[in-house]
Amino acid sequence: MREDNAMTQLTATLPRGMAAEAAVPLKTQLRRAERMKKLKYGALIAPLVVFLLFTFVWPITALLKRSVDNPEIVAAFPATSGLLRDWDGRSLPSDAVFASFADEMGKTRGTPVFASAAKRLNMELPGFRTLMMKTARAMPPTDGQTAREAFVAADERWGDVATWQYLGRNASPTTARYLLASVDRKYDDAGHVVQTDADEAIYVAVLKRTFGMSAVVTVFCLLLGFPLAYLMATQPARIANVLMIFVLLPFWTSILVRVAAWLVLLQSEGLVNQALRAVGLIEKPLQLVFNSTGVYIAMVHILLPFMILPMYSVMKGISPAYVRAAVSLGCPPFKSFWKVYFPQALPGVGAGGLLVFILCMGYYITPALLGSPKEQMASYFVAFYTNQTINWGMAAALSAILFAATLVLYMVYSRLVGRQELAAKAR
Amino acid sequence: MTTIASRIDGAPHVTFRKVQKTYDGENLIVRDLNLDIRRGEFLTLLGPSGSGKTTCLMMLAGFETPTSGEIRLGDKVINTVPPHKRNIGMVFQNYALFPHMTVSENLRFPLAIRKLPAAEIDKKVARALDMVQLGSFGDRYPQQMSGGQQQRVALARALVFDPELVLMDEPLGALDKQLREHMQIELKHIHEKLGITIVFVTHDQSEALTMSDRIAVFNQGIIQQLDDPTALYEKPANNFVANFIGENNALPGYVESVHGETCQVKLDNGARVQASLGNPVKRGDRTMLSVRPECVQLNVQSLGCANRLGGYVREVIYLGDHLRVRVELAGRKEIIVKAPAAQHKHRFDMGDAIHVGINPEQLRALDPAIGAPGAAP
Repeated sequence: MREDNAMTQLTATLPRGMAAEAAVPLKTQLRRAERMKKLKYGALIAPLVVFLLFTFVWPITALLKRSVDNPEIVAAFPATSGLLRDWDGRSLPSDAVFASFADEMGKTRGTPVFASAAKRLNMELPGFRTLMMKTARAMPPTDGQTAREAFVAADERWGDVATWQYLGRNASPTTARYLLASVDRKYDDAGHVVQTDADEAIYVAVLKRTFGMSAVVTVFCLLLGFPLAYLMATQPARIANVLMIFVLLPFWTSILVRVAAWLVLLQSEGLVNQALRAVGLIEKPLQLVFNSTGVYIAMVHILLPFMILPMYSVMKGISPAYVRAAVSLGCPPFKSFWKVYFPQALPGVGAGGLLVFILCMGYYITPALLGSPKEQMASYFVAFYTNQTINWGMAAALSAILFAATLVLYMVYSRLVGRQELAAKAR
Repeated sequence: MTTIASRIDGAPHVTFRKVQKTYDGENLIVRDLNLDIRRGEFLTLLGPSGSGKTTCLMMLAGFETPTSGEIRLGDKVINTVPPHKRNIGMVFQNYALFPHMTVSENLRFPLAIRKLPAAEIDKKVARALDMVQLGSFGDRYPQQMSGGQQQRVALARALVFDPELVLMDEPLGALDKQLREHMQIELKHIHEKLGITIVFVTHDQSEALTMSDRIAVFNQGIIQQLDDPTALYEKPANNFVANFIGENNALPGYVESVHGETCQVKLDNGARVQASLGNPVKRGDRTMLSVRPECVQLNVQSLGCANRLGGYVREVIYLGDHLRVRVELAGRKEIIVKAPAAQHKHRFDMGDAIHVGINPEQLRALDPAIGAPGAAP
């Protein structure tokens, strides 16, 4: 109470002294004084900002853009695309559209632009490429024939409004098609979003599996990492440093080497199986690899340090006096730990869990090498689309979904931790 | 003092018997500790860092186990009782308030553990908060409060479950001087009001003198003296206590003769003085004479003293209510004198010859071997 009084007296005398020399407003003076400092700090971090912009922000933005990008049709048939966008889509388009399409088809026929547009259209509607090729050969219309007649003569599908609706949907420079496809949705002929046919729907299952496996790995990392982090935080520095070296040891080997080592250890004639058989615990070798067991073992091993380090750094800041205080107040030791220590370690647990979960979602090489097709996660399909079918749209859309999930998780986390730190900030 | 003394009844509340503690099997942190803590008293364990006082407190709280000996609470040996079953309140050095709980949640904690009915918990929490004058702060988080307020909450939390014994481990160490002095008085009043037993650890002697009924001065794992503040200051049992509590002038010399309660000592600089016996000393023994700076008289005031010595003023510091004078006696021996400023209107200057007088009752002959660093127990 007494210091409060002293404080008010102190602040009460301040403004009088200041006002005398305040020809320039105090705020301006402060701004001036701080400006130089800000510039200096800004210059120091500028290289990093530029670096991050080029290696992080720009590639991610570019990739995300790819997930909605739809340039092929607009590039090949700009005028027709423009006309189709204004078309009401209920009945066959006007003669102008036919004429423009015939004209542009004739012009681009045989060029790579035309080929990529045809390929793009074929992706969704198999057979469209043939249709395009066939039609293109009949263009431009012969004398005395209208464009409309020429199209229908080339293939009667051009007389069907659905064909034009399909073309119209793709005449826009952006499309939600890839994003929809990566959650097993598509446009039907009328342009409504519907579920993909059951035999083609795989991505929801893949995403579910990705989140499920990440959750399992995170839980195992937490269960294994928490006691170790606690041990490290409570031991004297000498022992904690030795433990820390062991935690960091895996970082010194390449992830590929570690995965390969697990392959050697876990295979049916591997060390683990041999040892178990020698001890007499099992009769015939366990299937430890090329199934989920192998993937879980290797991923938990690889990701454990990412769990331990954030927890350790938070736990190191928690004074042992808190648990002592709880015990002195009559709380049994384990309950004290749970009621007093654990809530304070929670930001570390959250940070570690989040880090592991996010890293897990992006895991590709470990499931690819140690798992069966049933363990492949979303990143496998991203790699598949980038490396093998060169379908950037799908690759980008799947990445975008993983990215969005990461952002959501991060927001949830910062909500949870932010509430706790609110109190700390008020200090 | 008498009212408190009368409340302290016969049976000791806590008893240490032959308690020893070592961490490495070589050095004893606490040696052969025998201590009776009376019911209802405010006992301070005072000593320099590493003297074993905190270890004693931790053994009593149950966070450390004695290597040998026994500790009793009332008539029950508590060596093997885990800390959460001892029902001892404790205030920690940095308060150890749970940062993820509000003030009232902190206070509810020990009561909820004891499964008290909610209505009673609310009543007790409100009462405890009122006692430390923080009635309206229940919804705050500890970090939102000043150090002094956190200190009060910690105190309220240690008292809220009505323990009969409360331990305090340098609880005022983190506060600034003014606030600390204020809290000392407040603690003392709370102790008087509740009539509980408080064991308080500190290395600050003025804190110990302010609050305690009795003070145990620790050094090197041994209680050097256990006495009330007056006796401790005026009649230090040995050289360590004399130097640790308050300021002390030490004058080495030999005992020439002993007459009952007084003795004649020849100082190393040749002067002979009369001194009272602090420790039993014999003729021919080496002794260390101890005198408080405020018990040394200067110039006119020294006229009535039995011991008068000559010297030169080497330094005078004006401190408002008193002057602090450094006087060099013969043989280059210097003593510090605290002289009331009002009595010395005519100030002396550096280099002036001056008379120094000390009464034998205030000049105590102590055995330099007792309580000295490295001395055998």
